[in-house]
Amino acid sequence: MSTLITTRPPDRGWRLFVRTIVARAYPRVIGQQREKAWIFFETFLPFLATVGYIYVYRAIQAPEDYIGFVVMGGAMTAFWLNVIWAMASQLYWEKESGNLALYIMAPNSLMAILLGMALGGMLATCLRALVITVLGTLLFGISFAVSSYFQLFAVFVLTMAALYGLGMLLASLFLLWGREAWQIATALQEPVYFISGFYFPVKSFGFAVALAASVLPLTLGMDAMRQLVFASGPSLGFLSVEVEIAILSVLAVVFIAAAKFWLDFMERKAIEEGTLTDRRR
Amino acid sequence: MFKTFSRSFFPAAWLGWQIESNWTDPFLFLAFSIAKPIASVLILVFMYNAVSQAGPDSPIYSYIYLGNAFYIYVTEVMAGASFSILDDRERYRSLKYIYIAPVSIPIYLFGRAVARFTTGTIAVVITLVAGVLFFGVPFNPLGVDWPMFFAALALGIVCLAFMGIIIGSWTLIIRTEPWFVGEATAAALYLFSGAVFPLSILPVWLQPVGFLLPMTYWLELIRRALLGPGAAAFPTLSAFSNAELFGILMLIAVGFGIVAFVAYRYFDRRAREEGMIDAQSNF
Repeated sequence: MSTLITTRPPDRGWRLFVRTIVARAYPRVIGQQREKAWIFFETFLPFLATVGYIYVYRAIQAPEDYIGFVVMGGAMTAFWLNVIWAMASQLYWEKESGNLALYIMAPNSLMAILLGMALGGMLATCLRALVITVLGTLLFGISFAVSSYFQLFAVFVLTMAALYGLGMLLASLFLLWGREAWQIATALQEPVYFISGFYFPVKSFGFAVALAASVLPLTLGMDAMRQLVFASGPSLGFLSVEVEIAILSVLAVVFIAAAKFWLDFMERKAIEEGTLTDRRR
Repeated sequence: MFKTFSRSFFPAAWLGWQIESNWTDPFLFLAFSIAKPIASVLILVFMYNAVSQAGPDSPIYSYIYLGNAFYIYVTEVMAGASFSILDDRERYRSLKYIYIAPVSIPIYLFGRAVARFTTGTIAVVITLVAGVLFFGVPFNPLGVDWPMFFAALALGIVCLAFMGIIIGSWTLIIRTEPWFVGEATAAALYLFSGAVFPLSILPVWLQPVGFLLPMTYWLELIRRALLGPGAAAFPTLSAFSNAELFGILMLIAVGFGIVAFVAYRYFDRRAREEGMIDAQSNF
């Protein structure tokens, strides 16, 4: 009796890229199904924190659209946290747990691995954003006045592209750090909520500061979305939506290209020096 | 008894301080310690300035500012205990060794909470100084009732440490992505404790939750001690005298102390049975 052994040719190019994303997302998605407590901690509790800011506006008798600003900001925190904790700091964690050497030895792209991690955490991210948006809208009677669905979709997609590009760029930088990586990730939360105007119009900063803050994709992304979604949005906007879309497009290209360059650089460095997997650094 | 206390508490406090502070030079440590609290208070200052024309003289402004400043302790002490468990179990993988050492784990957690209290104090002081110097918070050191302030602060911190032990013990049995448990709980309680708005703003059916929380009475006592008569602009707790507020806070602290003891016994037993003492959830 003869045994037929079929061997599948190794994947290359975009096939390998996609399979890597799926392979890295898989354990994260499956792991989340094993214990559902995260749904409470990552959706309901952050919603309550967002509601806290809503009641601050109620206490100072703010116009109703500001309540909507808070809900949008609260929903967008989910994406920033996903970028910081599920993407940027992940290669550092993988170094700590000993997996990074395997990732670098494997013939796949580090960008695909990072995307897989982020996509694996996207279930929690989207659920959190959805819960905050839906519950916030229903409980506080937020009214939307969408002026252009097409522009809204474009702004969201470009913001996410630039944001995850930034996340990949940060991931390569996080590799350079040791214990301070954790502190840096923590320090990138509230300060970014503040600088990007998660809970108030970024126009309040004045032109120069708001322009400097625009290097973070969420600053312009949220400003444009507020202008497109709320009736009073255009009067509180920083730049016109068209200009913000153009800048977001540039940011997306720049961050993704920079991430590719830096990740390649780090990978080369790991091979040449054999130091990036050293946990003592 | 004292021996167990001293070999659990002091090394834990020292270890906690080293973990928090020795990852960088003192200047950078200070910068990182203040970045988060200053940013969170700036969010509220800009929210206030974007809407209100009243300026910093309005009572609600100092109410918001002080409440937010002292809420830093809630995040640091309460969430810190939960974080200590995760730090030791998942990052440094040393929890199993601490478990087999002749120390008391709850006292060890208390010690770690003290370290977080120290870093929290740095952040609170800097936030308050920034409030007075740059954001117009009306604060007169000569008008402060310092004994009342320190008594309220101490009682509140003990209560927060008990809450931290409850959450930390609970963290022991959480397997999936438990990193945000402490911080998420602290953030959620922000809503109910009247930290940044008077409880009377909340819907009537939610207000009882706030009255069950120690932070509500603690922050009121702190505001009364720091602002004097200026703290009485909001009617929520104005019917209570200072002594009554202390009494309520003391009762709640005792209650949380008992719950912390029971919770630790329960979750500790479950964690041992389920093999969670050396578990890792990073995947």
